[in-house]
Amino acid sequence: MKSLVQTIIVLLVAVAILFYVNTQLNESSSSASSDTITVFNWGEYIDPELVDRFEQETGIRVIYETFDSNEAMLTKIQQGGTRYDVAMPSEYMIEKMKEEELLIPIDQSKLPNLQNIDPYFLDLPFDPGNQYSIPYFWGTVGIAFNPTLLDGQTFESWNDLWSPELKQEVILVDGAREVMGMGLNTLGYSLNSTDETELRAATDRLKEMGPNVKAIIGDEIVETMRRGEAAIALVWSGQAADIMYVNEDIDYSVPEEGSNLWFDNMIIPKTAGNVEGAHKFINFMLDAEVAAQNADYVGYSTPNSAAIELMDPEVTGDTRFYPTEEMRERLEVYQNLGPEKLGLYNELFLEFKMSMNQN
Amino acid sequence: MGTTSKLAKLYLALVFIILYAPIFYLIFYSFNSAGNMSNFEGFTWEHYAAVFEDTRLLSIVVNTIIVALLSALISTAIGVLGAVGIVYITNKRLRQSLLSLNNVLIVSPDVIIGASFLILFTMIGVKLGFASVLISHIAFSVPIVVIMVLPKLQEMSSTLVDAARDLGASRRDVFTRVIVPYIRPGIFAGFFLALTYSLDDFAVTFFVTGNGFATLSVEIYSMARAGITLTINALSGLLFIVTLILVLGYYFVANRAKTPFQAGVPK
Amino acid sequence: METKSRTFLMVPYYLWMVLFVVAPIALVGYYSFFDIQGNFTLANYQNFFSGTYLSLTLSSFWYAFLITVFTLLIAYPTAYWITKTKQKQLWLLLIIIPSWINLLLKTYAFIGIFGMNGSINNVLTFLGLERQQILYTDFSFIFVSVYIFIPFMILPIFNALDKLNPGLVDASNDLGASQWVTFRKVIWPLTVGGVKAGIQATFIPALSLFMITRLIAGNKVITLGTAIEQQFLVTQNWGMGSTIAVFLIVFMVIIMILTGDREKGGNQRGNY
Repeated sequence: MKSLVQTIIVLLVAVAILFYVNTQLNESSSSASSDTITVFNWGEYIDPELVDRFEQETGIRVIYETFDSNEAMLTKIQQGGTRYDVAMPSEYMIEKMKEEELLIPIDQSKLPNLQNIDPYFLDLPFDPGNQYSIPYFWGTVGIAFNPTLLDGQTFESWNDLWSPELKQEVILVDGAREVMGMGLNTLGYSLNSTDETELRAATDRLKEMGPNVKAIIGDEIVETMRRGEAAIALVWSGQAADIMYVNEDIDYSVPEEGSNLWFDNMIIPKTAGNVEGAHKFINFMLDAEVAAQNADYVGYSTPNSAAIELMDPEVTGDTRFYPTEEMRERLEVYQNLGPEKLGLYNELFLEFKMSMNQN
Repeated sequence: MGTTSKLAKLYLALVFIILYAPIFYLIFYSFNSAGNMSNFEGFTWEHYAAVFEDTRLLSIVVNTIIVALLSALISTAIGVLGAVGIVYITNKRLRQSLLSLNNVLIVSPDVIIGASFLILFTMIGVKLGFASVLISHIAFSVPIVVIMVLPKLQEMSSTLVDAARDLGASRRDVFTRVIVPYIRPGIFAGFFLALTYSLDDFAVTFFVTGNGFATLSVEIYSMARAGITLTINALSGLLFIVTLILVLGYYFVANRAKTPFQAGVPK
Repeated sequence: METKSRTFLMVPYYLWMVLFVVAPIALVGYYSFFDIQGNFTLANYQNFFSGTYLSLTLSSFWYAFLITVFTLLIAYPTAYWITKTKQKQLWLLLIIIPSWINLLLKTYAFIGIFGMNGSINNVLTFLGLERQQILYTDFSFIFVSVYIFIPFMILPIFNALDKLNPGLVDASNDLGASQWVTFRKVIWPLTVGGVKAGIQATFIPALSLFMITRLIAGNKVITLGTAIEQQFLVTQNWGMGSTIAVFLIVFMVIIMILTGDREKGGNQRGNY
């Protein structure tokens, strides 16, 4: 018993020391200001240097936390036991959060830097008048491919992915909307289709692709493509940029049948504890120089036209990542389809995944 | 036995090589100056230096260890009391159903545990963060402790307790001087497994954490988006070496002091 | 007369059980009767018995079975031979320590080892053989799963073997039984409790593996756990997710009854 008590005491002392170490660590990392904001963002979706700069400039301490999907973010905010001040969901999720009244209206008078944003990205259908959301990054869905592993094949059309020479070469992103959207686009349907026969037809079309599919994975796609593990992948444009940053062999194309155009935006959740600080943070991120540095770091396309002027024209002139307005015409933005139709998408996507094990 | 033991050694060596292969793989590349896990370019310490510069990461490591130690400690206390209680329940059916309920969490998928705890915390109104993570870790560690302690209790002959009682020991004495020393190996085993589960857990923590509180596994998961940096490799290398030293150190010190890690083990 | 203080000591345990076992099961059961709109329905159960989920359950069981068998085949001899070593507690500890390194990281290491340009394929090309697709196959999935579960299988088997009275084995040998007969008639029956505990600790978690189905198997293997995760986190159809969970709990109870100990005269040695 004695040794047991000793062990317990040793452990408790260890925990106490660790607590102390932790408070020291937190103090050294930021100014001991009581004014804090909690930012809830995608992983690796901000230049950490900018967070430090914001802390120094405003004296507001930033607690930073990441999520891996819009849905995971929504769950946390719905739960109510959190106080996130700024979050960066995608457009269809903003529509949903608006419906569920989870957002605080944004006071645009506190955002003088909003004028930096290209008007094209303002006042979009998912949030008329930008009442609740401010653009952060945007992009497309397309095909990243490695020409050195393929003999000069290019991907102008989604149908190229069905080519019988590509056995076990294609990696798909693990997203029901993205993969089903590809199936729908191939057949000439809208990627917001809610027609069950169209969706079933798309699923059958996808199943034909089964033998070409090497894997359906998530964010690991970036690493996998960088290593040259696979030749072709269905990805978001930002992922493609990430891949190309390391592996210059890779090319990216958005097929001619059309694809998805997406926007990630900054919002203030209803559970926010520091609305004033949140506005300051959003305004800071809209600053031309800040947005340019952030876009350089993250590699996604910025909607900030003042920032684009500061950036390398070779980057911003690359129509693969900054498609012209005319090119954007063939792209569609995801609509919030409602839980039932989204359920159907997921159900059919699962059916497609299940069919892969048979071949 | 000569041939068997040679075969045995070879077999054990193989198992250990496989168990440690991925860990050595991680550590090997933590010295890679190329900054990735595929081409080894040259030797560098820079990733180790980066660990000590990243205060946020260090703070997360400390958080992880605090949660693991505290949850293992508290769940061991609850679990030991629970196991002692279960053993002395005379009603067979009640005992069996308690045991079955006990095992539910062990075999439930993490996702269910995480989701149901999240619903629970929402209903009770617990704020997400350190407290919710700690409570969840305690919750899923308790049954493991019970399971590890129970066999030792069952093995203990009841005459031992009776004898102590006859000799005038109080109930408290019986518990602290007879039962606890006897089941100590089970308690330690339970504690270590609870520690293991806590350090390893990703899914449950992922559901119930919030407000900027993160453990290492959650942080690693969110880093996966842009590919794991070798800082993480260096960090796990360091943690691995430290635990190895601590555990082996503890083992040998305890052995020398004639209070072996597992009491009641001859030799 | 002692019941009172015992009950008092068990208060935290009972509290834990009500809050974190009974309540979650009740919640899961409750949610399984609601559709995505929040209306009461039996459709989730109907849906479960439709083609997709049924074949998913079957394939999930098949993989869990394979994983359990291979884990047992590797773990039993390991546990046996560890009990024969001088520092058996130390070796046992060394089996557990790898599980303290974050699983996700080890998974990434496996991706590196199994990859097209990974360690194994480099060895293969060095030997003049052709590169093989290892990652995203059934093989890699089962290998990594077995890797994860080995310590959890070894632990209970080790405990059972450790408690085995060596006199019994000696006696059997002295009486002229071959090693195989001694194993079959003496060692195995006395350690089967540990094996059952190990199977419990492997089979059901194997049904609900989720991260590695994506990372290692590239979603070509889908388990019940993956399906639940998808329903809860992606589709946000908590009703359907709960329904699958209900079935998982039912399977779990069945497996626990099959591998559980039927009390033999109150004294249940070696069984958990």
